[in-house]
Amino acid sequence: MSDAPIHDSHEDFALEQRLGTLLRAGVLLSAAVTLVGGIMYLVVHGGDITHYHVFSGERAELRTVGGTVKGVIRGDSAAIIQLGVLLLIATPVARVFMSVIGFMKERDWLYVGCSLIVLAILVFSLSHGG
Amino acid sequence: MHVLTFTLLTLTGALVAGLVGALTGLGGGVILVPLLTLGFGVDIRYAIGASLVCVIATSSGAAAAFVKEGFTNIRIGMFLEIATTVGALLGTVVAAYVSSSTLAVIFGIVLLFSSVQAMRPREEHITLTAPGSLGDRLRLGSTYPVNGSLVSYGVEHVPAGFVMMFGAGMLSALLGIGSGVVKVLALDRAMHLPYKVSTTTSNFMIGVTAAASAGVYLHRGYVDPALALPVVLGVLAGAMLGARLLTAVRVKPLRILFTLIMVALAFEMLYQGLTKHI
Repeated sequence: MSDAPIHDSHEDFALEQRLGTLLRAGVLLSAAVTLVGGIMYLVVHGGDITHYHVFSGERAELRTVGGTVKGVIRGDSAAIIQLGVLLLIATPVARVFMSVIGFMKERDWLYVGCSLIVLAILVFSLSHGG
Repeated sequence: MHVLTFTLLTLTGALVAGLVGALTGLGGGVILVPLLTLGFGVDIRYAIGASLVCVIATSSGAAAAFVKEGFTNIRIGMFLEIATTVGALLGTVVAAYVSSSTLAVIFGIVLLFSSVQAMRPREEHITLTAPGSLGDRLRLGSTYPVNGSLVSYGVEHVPAGFVMMFGAGMLSALLGIGSGVVKVLALDRAMHLPYKVSTTTSNFMIGVTAAASAGVYLHRGYVDPALALPVVLGVLAGAMLGARLLTAVRVKPLRILFTLIMVALAFEMLYQGLTKHI
C-alpha cells in the first residue's frame, strides 16, 4: 500500500478545514437553539420546584428525535432545548459523515471503511438506544 | 429549590467547571459530575446525561480550531473511534446493571488517577513507524507543524492503543466523561505520538465517543433539557474563557490549585460511594 495517498496532501488539508468549520457551526447553532428554548422555558417554569435528586427519567416524548421535533412544532420550550441537545449530539455524527465523503474523494477506501463502521455504530446508538 | 435559582447556580458551577477543564486540560466532565452530584444533589444518571452533552460541546468547539491548525491526525482518530464507540456502547449496557454507589467509587478512582496524570511532566517524542507494522499498513503516520515547518512522525504499538481506546470508550459511557486522560495515555505513552498530536487527536475523538453513549442515554431518559440548559451553556462559556486565559495569565499556580481541588473531590466521591450515600 505504499502507493496509497500520502498524508497532509492538499485534499487532507481541505477535509480538515471543512471538518473544522462544520464542528464550529454545529456548536454555535446548538448553543443558540438551547439559549432560545432556555429563556422561553425559564419564563414559564422559573418558579417550579426541581426534582433532580430522584431519578424518574425524562418524559417519553423527549427521549426520541421524532417526539422532540413534534414538541418543537407545538412550541414546547423544553423540546426546543432538547433540539439544541440533539443538534449537539448530531455534530460529531455529521463530522463522521463528512469524513466518509472526504475519504471517498481521496479514493482512500480503507478509511472510507473505518468511517462507515463508526457511522453505523453512531446511527445504531441514536436509533435503537438501550 | 426553584427552577430559576437552580438554573443560575448550576450555570455558575458549570462555568467554573468549563474554566477548570480548559486550564487543566482535563475537560469538563470529570469536574461536572462531582459538582452536580455532590454539590447539587442531582441523581448521578441525570448528571452523566448532562455531562456527556457538555463533553460533546467542549470537544467539538476545541476540535474545530485544532483540526484546522493541522495538529489532529484524522486517520488515527477515525480508526481508533471504532474502538471507543464499541467500548461506549458496551459501557451503556454495563451501566444498566451497576448501582449509583459503584459508579461513584469508579468515578473517584478515575478522578484521582486523572489528577495525578495532569501533574506529570510532559515529554515530546517523535518515533518512526516500523515498516510492515500495523501502523504502516494503516498509514497512520503523518506530519504536524513545529515552528512553522512540517515535521514527520510515526506510530508504534497500534494494537495496545486500540485496546486502551476500547477501555476509554467504556469509561466515557459509564461515567459521562470524555476520558481524555486515558485517550492521551494511549496515544502518547503507548503509540508514542507527539504530545500536541496526542492531545488534539484525543479531543477530536471525544465528541464521537460521547455521542455514541449520549444517543443510548437519551432513549433511557438520562438527558433532561432543563438540566442540560445551564450545564451546556455554562461549560461552553467557561471553556471559551479558559482558552483566552491560557494565553493571558500564568496558569501553573492555578493548575496546582485546581488539581488539589480535584483530588479532594475524588476522595469525596469515593467516600460517598463507599458509604452508599450516592
